[in-house]
Amino acid sequence: MTGYQDSDAPLSVARDNDTACEATDGDEKAIVGRTVTINRPREEIYAFWRDFSNLTTIMDNVERIDVVDDRRSHWVVKAPAGRSVEWDAIVTEDEPGRLIAWESAEGADVKSSGRVEFLDAAPGRGTMVRATIAYDPPGGTIGEWIAKLFQREPNVQARRDLRRLKQYLETGEVTTSASPSARNSESPTEQYL
Amino acid sequence: MRAVTWHARHDVRVDTVPDPEIVNPRDAIIKITSTAICGSDLHLYDGYIPTMRAGDILGHENMGEVVEVGSKSTLKKGQRVVIPFTISCGSCFFCEKQQFSACDNSNPATTSDMSEMLYGYPMGGAFGYAHLTGGYAGGQAEYLRVPYSDVGPIVIPDGLEDDKVLFLSDILPTGWMGAENAQIEHGDTVAVWGCGPVGLFAIQSAFIMGAHKVIAIDHFPTRLELAKSMGADVLNFTEVDVREALFEMTGGIGPDAVIDCVGMETHGAAIDNILDTVKAHTFLGTDRPAALRQMILACRKGGRVSIPGVYGGMADKWPIGAMMEKGLTIRSGQTHVQKYTRQLLEMIGEGKIDTTFLISHHASLEDGPDMYKHWHDDQNAYTKIVLKPGMTPGPVRV
Repeated sequence: MTGYQDSDAPLSVARDNDTACEATDGDEKAIVGRTVTINRPREEIYAFWRDFSNLTTIMDNVERIDVVDDRRSHWVVKAPAGRSVEWDAIVTEDEPGRLIAWESAEGADVKSSGRVEFLDAAPGRGTMVRATIAYDPPGGTIGEWIAKLFQREPNVQARRDLRRLKQYLETGEVTTSASPSARNSESPTEQYL
Repeated sequence: MRAVTWHARHDVRVDTVPDPEIVNPRDAIIKITSTAICGSDLHLYDGYIPTMRAGDILGHENMGEVVEVGSKSTLKKGQRVVIPFTISCGSCFFCEKQQFSACDNSNPATTSDMSEMLYGYPMGGAFGYAHLTGGYAGGQAEYLRVPYSDVGPIVIPDGLEDDKVLFLSDILPTGWMGAENAQIEHGDTVAVWGCGPVGLFAIQSAFIMGAHKVIAIDHFPTRLELAKSMGADVLNFTEVDVREALFEMTGGIGPDAVIDCVGMETHGAAIDNILDTVKAHTFLGTDRPAALRQMILACRKGGRVSIPGVYGGMADKWPIGAMMEKGLTIRSGQTHVQKYTRQLLEMIGEGKIDTTFLISHHASLEDGPDMYKHWHDDQNAYTKIVLKPGMTPGPVRV
């Protein structure tokens, strides 16, 4: 995926989102992405990600991921008003230790595709994990609350999910400031904000 | 449990709150035996630090006894430990470089967005210091949850009482790193702005590192007296023009290194400081760096500027010309506490460093709100306050 004339950066930082979308194979209308450096070898991070059921540990808004077979998985994601969105994802590319790409199966509420690349960081500095998600914001009522999930949030969501991935793989736990306070509304063991 | 909590600017209370629990495998729970009020707690008290929420438990200079451990903690129940104010995972790129306060994992994903927007990259976590640094509860309470307890806490040998080691949690390593960042060479003259706890420890550290002369600057007589007792020459900025005084006292060369132990709430009535105060309170700018401006002008050509003082936002009228034309080196940062605790504990054990001279008052948690008020209003008499949860209410002069 290269869509720039003069820049070596990933597509997700394009000033013009249309240019970025044209450079992808699909016909999605929006692209978000994020790179995080994780102080672990490529193969280990790939293996963690490739077993999709692991991702519930680090993805805050995912309720459940059922691995159907080697290529197909079923995702259940929390949506506003206590509802949830479900879809099937199909693996389209799989290069062990290097890359996993997927797209939503036919008939998904939100057409989306994504890829996560595992790149060597500078020697001794682990792996750069680069996630790029392209999606097609839907219309209609369903679109409104899905938009909430996918249009404003994906960047924040991707950023936080990758940060949790880093925490989990580097420290063995997902960092939390779960603590008591004098706010009655909060459980001491639940994280706020 | 009882805990000292922040509710609004100049509104600190003691509340009954739930006890902390073990959440992650590397956690430990500490029963607090001593917890100090820090100068940087005044920045919270004065409302200078954004992202405080009503009900947050204060306190980042903590020590106590281990009462509960997670499955992957290396601590044992009953051990006495001092807890660094910085929370560090020990395994990220920054921790491996011993830049512990820059830990990339200790600020939770949900709170690290804020500092990423403000500073470009997320800050590490810290106890009791607003949600920018993770929203962790502080230790001015009966108990404290300590994440990554296998990395931060330092175990204290029997026979060293709390008052001798408590300051390993923050101000002693902060003063030490402030002096280390000044890259002191034998024969150097070092000027230290601010004779609060960090300033006094920076003076002590500068002498240990080989400074020929230390010149300390403040306006509280008690604090200048303490600086003098440590061997420093002193300047009261209400009596003399500091820059001219430093010029004359160094024979027209200027101090080789300058250390800012003041931070964002400079005292003094210089015109730039008055303008900065107005701006800070109208949120047109957050920091009042009058001391730092003076320091950059006073420092000798090719000298070093060390900034352990806390700043949070933007500052106006930064003397960039003086900085560049004189070729100054600037080093700063939140303290990498875990890097220094072992070495400093040894020096305390050997009697090379004393920290007890600083403490002016012991008090109970219940006295917390009063103590904040005194710490704010009477910095001459209250040089350092240590809260002891078990103590009978009513402060005691040490």
